[in-house]
Amino acid sequence: MSRINKNYIVRAKNLTKRFGDFTAVNQINFEVEPGEIFGFLGANGAGKTTAMRMLTGLLKATDGDAHVAGHSINGSPEKVKYSIGYMSQKFSLYDDLKVYENIRLYGGIYGLTGKQIRSKIEDILEELNMTALRNKLVRDLPLGWKQKLAFSVALVHDPAVVFLDEPTSGVDPITRRSFWELIYRAARRGVTVFVTTHYLDEAEYCDRVSIMVNGVIEALDTPQKLKEKYHARSMHEVFVHLARKEQ
Amino acid sequence: MRTILFILQKEFLQIIRNKLILGMLFLMPVVQLIILGHAADYEIRHINLLILDQDHSTVSGDLVHHFKASKYFDLLPAANKYEEGLEQMQRGEADIILEIPLGLERELNRGESAEVHLTADAINGVKAGLGTKYASRIIYDYNVERGRAAGGQIITPIDLRYSNWYNPKMNYATFMVPGILVLLLTLVGAFLASINIVREKEMGTIEQLNVTPIKKYQFIIGKLFPFLVIGLMELTIGLVIGKLIFHIQYQGSLVIVYSFAVLYLIAVLGLGLLISTLSDTQQQAMFIAWFFLVVFILMGGLFTPIDSMPLWAQKLTLLNPIRYFIEVVRMVLLKGSNWMDVRWHFRSIFIAGLILNGLAVWNYRKTA
Amino acid sequence: MKVLLSLIKKEFYHIIRDKRSLLILVGMPIVQVVLFGFAISNEIHEAPIAVVAPNKSQKVLRLLERIEVSSYFHIVRFLESGGQLDEVFKEGEIKLVLLIDKDFSRDLGQRKTAKLQVIADATDPNTATTLTGYIEAITNRFAREGFSPLPVGKQMPPLIDINVKMQYNPSLRSVFLFVPGIITVILLLISAMMISITLAREKEKGNMEILLVSPLNPVVIVLGKVLPYVILALVNGWSILLLGVWLFGVPIRGDLVLIFGEMLLFVLTALSLGLFISTKVQTQQAALMISLIGLMLPTIILSGFIFPIESMPLPLQFISHLIPAKWFLIILRAIMLKGATLHYVVKETIILGIICLVLLGLAVKNFKTRLE
Repeated sequence: MSRINKNYIVRAKNLTKRFGDFTAVNQINFEVEPGEIFGFLGANGAGKTTAMRMLTGLLKATDGDAHVAGHSINGSPEKVKYSIGYMSQKFSLYDDLKVYENIRLYGGIYGLTGKQIRSKIEDILEELNMTALRNKLVRDLPLGWKQKLAFSVALVHDPAVVFLDEPTSGVDPITRRSFWELIYRAARRGVTVFVTTHYLDEAEYCDRVSIMVNGVIEALDTPQKLKEKYHARSMHEVFVHLARKEQ
Repeated sequence: MRTILFILQKEFLQIIRNKLILGMLFLMPVVQLIILGHAADYEIRHINLLILDQDHSTVSGDLVHHFKASKYFDLLPAANKYEEGLEQMQRGEADIILEIPLGLERELNRGESAEVHLTADAINGVKAGLGTKYASRIIYDYNVERGRAAGGQIITPIDLRYSNWYNPKMNYATFMVPGILVLLLTLVGAFLASINIVREKEMGTIEQLNVTPIKKYQFIIGKLFPFLVIGLMELTIGLVIGKLIFHIQYQGSLVIVYSFAVLYLIAVLGLGLLISTLSDTQQQAMFIAWFFLVVFILMGGLFTPIDSMPLWAQKLTLLNPIRYFIEVVRMVLLKGSNWMDVRWHFRSIFIAGLILNGLAVWNYRKTA
Repeated sequence: MKVLLSLIKKEFYHIIRDKRSLLILVGMPIVQVVLFGFAISNEIHEAPIAVVAPNKSQKVLRLLERIEVSSYFHIVRFLESGGQLDEVFKEGEIKLVLLIDKDFSRDLGQRKTAKLQVIADATDPNTATTLTGYIEAITNRFAREGFSPLPVGKQMPPLIDINVKMQYNPSLRSVFLFVPGIITVILLLISAMMISITLAREKEKGNMEILLVSPLNPVVIVLGKVLPYVILALVNGWSILLLGVWLFGVPIRGDLVLIFGEMLLFVLTALSLGLFISTKVQTQQAALMISLIGLMLPTIILSGFIFPIESMPLPLQFISHLIPAKWFLIILRAIMLKGATLHYVVKETIILGIICLVLLGLAVKNFKTRLE
């Protein structure tokens, strides 16, 4: 059972998803090391969200397998869920619950004790500078704050790896920057961060990035090496290069 | 187990915060129960009678007088022609036309029997049947009276006596209010349950739950239990209204009613949740729930007796949870039936609950 | 006009694309009519009854045979005495018990009155009344055939006989009464529900804002929304009507064009009601609660579909005047079953028209306020 590979926290092997005739994800292979910030890039429809949904157990793989935190997503998807956090691109906390109630709910579902939950609530509120907003309904928060809260809730049970699906879409650059500070802080605590984005400047913040085009991984390396390989000044140029090649 | 408690806490908070739902849950059933309890009355009291007296004699005058004295008929202004009467019937104003033909008295005096004509608007068969029955009885009584006056006597060959048990005053509210209560409970519970999960699907909040290690049954129980509690509260309010406003004397054990209500609500809520897991949008869920509920309600024995359905339809009602609850409520509350009398109902609803909730749990997919 | 057409097309596309909802909208009313047309009636057949007959003489057996062959009753049990009645009723199956006097045979036909007693389970007063009525009719006929009323004394005057004619529905089939009712309920619920939920959905998704910021006239927007549903509802209405005719032999004695016109008016009223609801709510959930829980029972109960309005307390009769379904039901029954022409239902038509205009006016007013 415990085939925890010391070197890899996420390992996809020929992972494939087909919807009818359409192959959204085509036999992708990659490994993510513990503690790294792994960027998952691609144009809309390239298959990155689909791949992430398979890794988090929201979608069944058509073919292939992946191991997340030592468990197969096909064999024991429910075991995977104890070790992962997830933040969807659509805000998915409860609008009609208060800030602390959302934290309490997910703490409870993940089996934290009452004491742990209470201290988590204080920690999160403090980290987000939201102590004053503890009793506010989530629907009354600005979008950027909601996203930070959703990120913290995804980490409430101290998972080994957290999946973020376009966590910063729709917010201003300043909020995005402070969101990335949260990501760094989590990574420093040893949490592996698996993040999809279509902001290419954000790709520069990642330890390694993979670029998906039409369901396959076209490139996977550190941003520095990718830029060197494609003789590009920025990730933006790398991306355009790969996307154009495909057409 | 602890996980369920957290889910429950969340569901209760969401319900309490939603003013509209709260209003729907408590105000609407109360208001509807009171209004509909008064409205649901089959008894036919005011039958509009149009008399065409063409004889204008002492006998016809006497007969008209007897009809005037009856509490069942409201007399319309007299008409002169049958066609006029029919026209009023077509317009829906006259329910029954009594035509006393010219020469009635003359024929009777000649020692022959004579005929009067009754025409009933038979679109509402019950009303027509009752109306002609009442009219016949008045005429029969008048015959007897005339016979006596002439020194004769009529012996009826068979004397039929009625007694109406359990509801001697034939009070409809007694009969209908418990049934309507069942209905309101069902409507509110099933509809809210049926849009509950699909709402989380549409809002996207269900994804966040699906990536957690929450068990499917924990999720379903967490959804079901709050509505169960609310349902029981509504039942209580309804029973109090029945007692205070409609003055219904509850004969049987409330323990039976509440025990059955728990099983019943579990079954109906399970159906709602099943619909919810089957649907992609709230709109779809509502349409499906609507279809089932209309069928269940109209075939539940509340408005028309199950005995009056054809046999195949009676068999179909065995699949209708509302039928069981309505029967149990009526049997226990009005007749004082005991556990043994309703054991069959308990067994059926228990099985239904098991199947429906089993399907709901099975059909709820954490993985697409 | 072109804009309107394209809006209508868009809405139709929406309706048709969601196959499941379409199936429900078109198929379910049909299933319901078939089911209810057969199942909903207040004629009772084969009601289970019990008999207490201490003396099973020839005459008693003949009476019981009459009862058994009448198709109204089915004698399922003979009881020893009247002492067990309470338990028998509590079990719930038996609705009526007939107690035959032990001297019944001796008295019958011997210038004495023979005694019969009927005890009905009156928890359902309606069934109780109907069943005792049946028993009365059977015993009367039984008595008249063998043992007609026996005049005593010399000067017995001749009797007045009664000739009864059941107008419009000679065989007293309750399906005649119910088919128009079912059409009414289904049309109202479907129309009001569909439109209110669709609009609420657009609001929730924010699509409404997009339409409203466009240079289109709000009236055109609303028309574009409503017209497809008018057509859908009419298709529903006519399919139910035709089913009623083919399957149940319900007559249409009146003018089809008139029925069409009245149905259109009613559907518009129902849609206006739905529009009005949708301007008042923010979420689909709210639209659903109001249009279903709020409309369903009042429509079924207060429209005269099942319960006679004349029997209701006065305040409720007043409320029933506000229910559009009540007026349409009167109109539809009159035209279909009595062959009434417009002349006979002009009052009801005008009232329905006024209700329609008021609802539409309120909806438009609310809609405009939202714009400003």
